[in-house]
Amino acid sequence: MVEHEYKSGSNLEKVLCRDGFAVTAELGPPKSADFDLIKKKVEMLKDWVDAVNITDNQTAIVRVSSIAAGKLVLDLGLEPIVQMTCRDRNRLSIQSDILGAYLLGVRNILCLTGDHQSCGNHPTAKHVFDIDSIQLIQIVKNMRDEKVFACGEEIKDSKKAKVKEPRMFIGGAANPFADPFEFRVVRLKRKVNAGVDFIQTQCVYDMDRFGKWMEQVRDNGLHKKCRILAGVTPLKSVGMAKYMRDQVAGVTVPDYYINRIAKADDPKAEGGKICVEQIQQLRQIEGVAGVHIMAIGWEEKVPEIVQRAGLRN
Amino acid sequence: MIVAEQKPIEEIKSYLVGHEHILVLGCGTCVTVCLAGGEREVATLASLLRLSGNSKIEESTIERQCDAEFFDDIKDLAASCDAILSMACGVGVQMTAKMFADKPVYPALNTMFCGTNDGAGQWSENCLACGDCKLGVFGGVCPVTRCSKSLLNGPCGGSVEGRCEVDPENIECGWQLIYDRLKTLGRLDVLAENAPPRDWSRTHDGGPRRLSREDVAGL
Repeated sequence: MVEHEYKSGSNLEKVLCRDGFAVTAELGPPKSADFDLIKKKVEMLKDWVDAVNITDNQTAIVRVSSIAAGKLVLDLGLEPIVQMTCRDRNRLSIQSDILGAYLLGVRNILCLTGDHQSCGNHPTAKHVFDIDSIQLIQIVKNMRDEKVFACGEEIKDSKKAKVKEPRMFIGGAANPFADPFEFRVVRLKRKVNAGVDFIQTQCVYDMDRFGKWMEQVRDNGLHKKCRILAGVTPLKSVGMAKYMRDQVAGVTVPDYYINRIAKADDPKAEGGKICVEQIQQLRQIEGVAGVHIMAIGWEEKVPEIVQRAGLRN
Repeated sequence: MIVAEQKPIEEIKSYLVGHEHILVLGCGTCVTVCLAGGEREVATLASLLRLSGNSKIEESTIERQCDAEFFDDIKDLAASCDAILSMACGVGVQMTAKMFADKPVYPALNTMFCGTNDGAGQWSENCLACGDCKLGVFGGVCPVTRCSKSLLNGPCGGSVEGRCEVDPENIECGWQLIYDRLKTLGRLDVLAENAPPRDWSRTHDGGPRRLSREDVAGL
């Protein structure tokens, strides 16, 4: 048997190449120099997911750097997907961070535009946005496959030195629920053209709209060119469901779910149950290659959801 | 035009502490049109300063504070004052300071942006003066200025019902505008292409910019 030639050799890449149904989760680094919190979250998630996203100053709030936290997570035995946004760094800093992350053992990178700083705890900061997420994907791809920096120079230390390029498995995000709806697939196509290997979507509650989006994805053959992991977020309470519906840009939560949680004796259990159902429904959709479970501040729920959805024993 | 707004009066007064004879200098171009620093605003601000106890306030408005040739008429008046309060944009304030090297010059306005007048008392930003105009590609709507993140491959996930997540009430999604306009023009095909990273060296990132044109030098 011929050994498959992997782009990065990451665990996530291998799972997706084998046509396995991938499971990823999210690990938000702490807002303090707290190693124990990272360790605690890794221990919760370790045996239940293929890889875990390490967020990059998510919602524009300062946290432990995604690369540093990614390295710690890796050392603790869980594979990181390091998120990288364009908000806080220019193309120099981004490429140097990619080289550094690669040397530290990071093999998955998720390329994002980044939340605007006005959402976070330093609203008076200057943002960067030298490049955007699509250009970032192209840069990481060119570093890996063309072995060149964004400026076109080869990735080597001197004229005579050997080329040593960072080989990353490249991820991107897609939000099927933002507007203009008809442009969402065009945008995904542009990410594919830029070289994205896998996509994680915004959390899905509106199955109809997601189904329509996936139909367009399939019509364009995009599910064959990149692996799509559907995002899910378990709802903890009616308050959270309403918050997600009303306050989070590009997220819609149908009343059906809100009513179910409102009527439940144990809203948390009902939220978990809904999430399991959603995963089972998503799994039936052609072109969905996995799920990305974003249990924000509720990481301990992930093992139960994964188990009950029949993804792991 | 360059759009500006008057600074809070307390800030203006704080600059003038210790000065007795002050020239309030208006500008007859952009800031006149946007009702921030023309003849009328000069008169109002001068009256306000007199009411607050500054007795020796002079008023004058020249055609353009960004051009040396318009300063001749006020040379003597400026020389007789011990400070100038410029009601021009930041460009005019700096030109005034250059013209009267030995006089303190203070700004009375905050310079906001290059923008359009959207109706009575409404202005909005349209151009960042980036030095590399791509409006021809984006259907006449500028992504660098109108998108809060200056995305060339937008829209991001924060575009909902045509509004920007940064401030849905007040900011339109620039990319929705680009999309709608290209759709109207039947040119959505433009959006299939990925835009490469921008050359920011043509913007302020290349240092303060200069423009020299031999064809008009010496005219």
